[in-house]
Amino acid sequence: MSDEAINAVGEYKYGFHDPENATIRFDKGLSEQVVRDISELKGEPEWMTEIRVKAYHHFEERPMPDWGNCNMLESIKFDDVTYFLRSSEQTEKNWEDVPDDIKNTFDRLGIPEAEQKWLGGVTAQYESEAVYHSIREDLEEQGVIFLDMDSGLKEYPDLVKQYFGTVIPYADNKFSALNTAVWSGGSFIYVPKGVHVEMPVQAYFRINAKNMGQFERTLIIADEGSSIHYVEGCTAPTYSTDSLHSAVVELIAMEGAKIRYSTVQNWSANVYNLVTKRGIAHKNAVVEWVDGNIGSKLTMKYPAVILKGEGAHAEIISVAYAGEGQHQDAGAKVHHLAPNTTSNILSKSISKNGGRSSYRGLLKVNPKAHGCRSKVVCDALMLDADSRSDTYPTMEVGNSSADLEHEASVSKISGDQLFYLMSRGFSEEEAMGLIVNGFFEPFTRELPMEYAVELNKLLELEMEGAIG
Amino acid sequence: MDLTGETLSELVLDIRGLHVSVDGNEIIKGIDLEIKSGEIHAIMGRNGAGKSTLAHVLMGHPAYEITSGEISYLGKSLDEYDVFERARAGMFLSFQYPPSIPGVQVGNFLKKSVNNVREENVKAREFRKELNSAMEKLEMDRSFLSRYVNDGFSGGEKKRLEMLQMMLLKPSLALLDETDSGLDIDALRLVAKGINETAENTGVLVITHYQRLLDLVKPDYVHAMIDGKFVKSGGPELALELEDKGYDWLEA
Ligand SMILES: Nc1ncnc2c1ncn2[C@@H]1O[C@H](COP(=O)(O)OP(=O)(O)OP(=O)(O)O)[C@@H](O)[C@H]1O
Ligand SMILES: [Mg+2]
Repeated sequence: MSDEAINAVGEYKYGFHDPENATIRFDKGLSEQVVRDISELKGEPEWMTEIRVKAYHHFEERPMPDWGNCNMLESIKFDDVTYFLRSSEQTEKNWEDVPDDIKNTFDRLGIPEAEQKWLGGVTAQYESEAVYHSIREDLEEQGVIFLDMDSGLKEYPDLVKQYFGTVIPYADNKFSALNTAVWSGGSFIYVPKGVHVEMPVQAYFRINAKNMGQFERTLIIADEGSSIHYVEGCTAPTYSTDSLHSAVVELIAMEGAKIRYSTVQNWSANVYNLVTKRGIAHKNAVVEWVDGNIGSKLTMKYPAVILKGEGAHAEIISVAYAGEGQHQDAGAKVHHLAPNTTSNILSKSISKNGGRSSYRGLLKVNPKAHGCRSKVVCDALMLDADSRSDTYPTMEVGNSSADLEHEASVSKISGDQLFYLMSRGFSEEEAMGLIVNGFFEPFTRELPMEYAVELNKLLELEMEGAIG
Repeated sequence: MDLTGETLSELVLDIRGLHVSVDGNEIIKGIDLEIKSGEIHAIMGRNGAGKSTLAHVLMGHPAYEITSGEISYLGKSLDEYDVFERARAGMFLSFQYPPSIPGVQVGNFLKKSVNNVREENVKAREFRKELNSAMEKLEMDRSFLSRYVNDGFSGGEKKRLEMLQMMLLKPSLALLDETDSGLDIDALRLVAKGINETAENTGVLVITHYQRLLDLVKPDYVHAMIDGKFVKSGGPELALELEDKGYDWLEA
């Protein structure tokens, strides 16, 4: 590892980086020209270029959010960010053809292994673009489209045009505007009517370069009665300077369809992770966000579901771990637009060593949406007195027929639990690791097994050195 | 110094002149006790006499301060040893009030505990065999394995889980704090059988309020505890006497 990659967080296992062998690298900073250049380079249709330019101007004009962590937000130096970096001339279908240094990175992250064992498809994005992509033949034969977003736009321009930005318009917020202006990579998925994709498909996002901005754009459309589980993982090297990750993810679940989107972000502690994720659930459809935030310096992310059709259901399970110098401002939003829609929100957070975690939730019930049910549970676990946990729940309920439950708790690890576990031969650190893993268990059990094991190991590592 | 491994003498536990305080209040006021491997000792005494405190101190609970006296386990002073090191050296405490650990499955917890505590590497198959046999003995349903440790357990279920742990961890010294409380009559019989089996090559200290356990687990020695001291020690007949007369007659 070179001198400039410093180990700011000690145990961060993915903090290594590779030499940068960029084939195209844009100058730092953002302008209309940069936006147009990205679009031209990609050979995009004009409508996309125009959206990008409009979004760019909106980004420029839009003030920073005045909530969340204003100090951290203000310290983002947009002029120092590299907005586009191409590392490989094309997206490979054969693992062997991926450039060696990039291949090594993903080998170290265990990606090809996972693909062989339990995935229906994989896309691996390195900096701005996908470097590797594959999908199981049987899925392809059933008409499932799983591409990186750039290829999606090339091969299915009409489908993309029809849905792009319909769930999250560029003007939704400052960072959705930024993403729309400079987006690159991400996944494009279409599941045809009635097709159930049994094995999860995975995308892996890796930032390698310094001061890099990664702006992937994902669009998933599950047609009537279909289902898919999409899994996403992210890491980056640990540098002394900051990187910016600002993604937009749009999900569309048609009548009776089901989309589950699972993420464990483990960005290094120098990454600003400002992501907009939202899904629309039509009649009797289900959208589920399983969202884990372990890494990053500042995360602001509130996976949302718009329950647009009668009988639709939203499930949002999230965990956040905030260690030293980290702020996880995460949460969930659900809009009950149609009658008899239901939602379940479970949020769990752990703060340690002065870390800060916030739950920010919004629950909206439309006046005409009768017979809605929602349950919100927020649990925070504080590992020491220096840490901080806040809850900002907002409810806007437009009719009286809604059945809403809200529970919140803040707890500490009890001395009784520690003594009990230690009397069974666990060291104090191991005991804390076990309690912490147990606290996150309602989340972990929703993950594919391999992810769950990895997450538990990660948390155990975080507990090392926890005892003063 | 290594606590694990050797059995220097068959003297498992040796307590001399033990005084213990918490927040400046003296709770244990001079206790001497020797327990040999294969012996069963019973402590009986009023609520608040200091029985649980003694058990916690032996296990190394950080809240209690030993103001004077000495505790030796297998011939070595326990002074320097942390709770988990005592456990790894073969000491076991069955809790009067076992806490719950939400999200941690019993099966996983048992496997990890066994790996922590037992010296030999217990292979997955061997572990499963032992687990099945112990659960059968305690008539515990296998569904317990996927539940969370003590979470939502009934009083009696918690005590059975404590006994299951004892049987799997195979301690050299077992401290059983009111393991019989909350057990129904059938469960009491099963638990007593488990204790008797364990006692064959373990020093056992049972804390109890009831003769009904001692009918099934025959103690070699019974100690009556009042206000932080053993005021009388004797054979199994002392327990019968206490059951009959209470503790008043022992007070000076
Ligand atoms: N951590 C503590 N802080 C304050 N007081 C304590 C603490 N631990 C024990 N005590 C006190 O010490 C005394 C002895 O308590 P202990 O739990 O040992 O009693 P016991 O003999 O086990 O009673 P029981 O039969 O009710 O279980 C009690 O008065 C109790 O309140
Ligand atoms: Mg007691």
